[in-house]
Amino acid sequence: MLKNQKTLKVSAIKSGTVIDHIPAKNLFKVIAILGLNNIDNPITFGANLESGKLGFKAIIKISDKFFVDEEINRIAMAAPEAKLNIIRDYKVVEKKIVEVPENIEGIVKCVNPKCVTNNEEVKQKFTVVAKKDVSLKCRYCEKITDQEHMVYI
Amino acid sequence: MLNKSLISINDYSKEECIKVLDLAEEFEKEPIQNLLNGRVVATLFFEPSTRTRLSFESAVSRLGGQIIGFTDSSSSSVQKGESLKDTICTVANYSDMIVMRHPIEGSARYASEVSKVPVVNAGDGANQHPTQTLLDLYSIRKTQGTLDNLNIFMVGDLKYGRTVHSLLMAMSQFNVNFFFISPDELKMPNEYKLHLKNLGIDYHEQTDFSDIIPEADIIYMTRVQKERFSDPIEYEKTKNAYVLRNNMLEKTRENLKILHPLPRVTEINSDVDSNEKAYYFTQALNGVYTRQAIISLILGLKK
Repeated sequence: MLKNQKTLKVSAIKSGTVIDHIPAKNLFKVIAILGLNNIDNPITFGANLESGKLGFKAIIKISDKFFVDEEINRIAMAAPEAKLNIIRDYKVVEKKIVEVPENIEGIVKCVNPKCVTNNEEVKQKFTVVAKKDVSLKCRYCEKITDQEHMVYI
Repeated sequence: MLNKSLISINDYSKEECIKVLDLAEEFEKEPIQNLLNGRVVATLFFEPSTRTRLSFESAVSRLGGQIIGFTDSSSSSVQKGESLKDTICTVANYSDMIVMRHPIEGSARYASEVSKVPVVNAGDGANQHPTQTLLDLYSIRKTQGTLDNLNIFMVGDLKYGRTVHSLLMAMSQFNVNFFFISPDELKMPNEYKLHLKNLGIDYHEQTDFSDIIPEADIIYMTRVQKERFSDPIEYEKTKNAYVLRNNMLEKTRENLKILHPLPRVTEINSDVDSNEKAYYFTQALNGVYTRQAIISLILGLKK
């Protein structure tokens, strides 16, 4: 009990954002998509935590950082079921869920090396064809990029 | 369809496809019509092609239009490193429509976004070649009198064959039976079979078609390319199973026609050419009427 309390103390943040229910294998993808490797805010994260829903999950806590919806939805491809808790003064003041958009621009590279987006200066545009295990259909070459082959820009 | 680019066969609804076929029929009866008087069509072939380019140019000429363009990118500014966008924006100033073939997939869609005149895709790598699909539909309807209740045999390389994929998508709007005949290594990809399943359309897969050939209304042959095989021995063993010979056509239906997008290499033996069921050269001619129809509809010269 005492140990749990201690853990909580270490990881709780006063103000900022907690991103929960990230699939464990995609933790570093989410960090990269949100650009967390380039900011100075204190960040703690846990990886390979047991989760009934996902098997193993990851969690990220970022102090004094709040995201706009557009930024949040960028992680939809890597963590479609992520939940965000907005913390102010140690209390959850707002909860947000990630919404997988119908269309996405940029963020991910098209898997097809012969696609125009990989050969000319053309911004990637996709239609989301599956929302759970997210897969994307390229507007240009019409090829499908699935979760396994997603390379984030 | 007015001023609308044609990039993928999926850009046209069933009704729009039928409209093209009806108009192509009109052009077959009266191919010389001076509709394009004073108009300029640019044919930009960033990679070489014989049939497609010549048939587009023939279509424009028969409509009384002028052609500008290049036949491979070595004779254009692409050689100097010009971007596709710059080439398209420039040529759009000089023409009323751009017909383009490019080895990069999705290049035609991108061109249609930056061009102020409509773009017709004449093949973008392994992706789409919609005017080929429309001429295939025209050939099927013309020879069978309908696009419904047909047994369509697709033979050869069904994995990489762009033409068979587009034809499958277009024909799946009608009530047809598909027969896929290919070596195991070159089977029809699952996404297309799933598409048919979702629509409740019957398909059958076989590696050999000698026993079912009497059922065919249309045989669509494609080339089995050696470089598609990971194992060259496998290629040597299977290549002859996908060659059509005249003696195989003995017990086939009266109405059977053999189609091929061409160029043909060895997959249709030349002894088939004199059989009245061989249709591939007429199919290539149908490409002119179909393209006349597409050009006239996009430029609003026919309704």
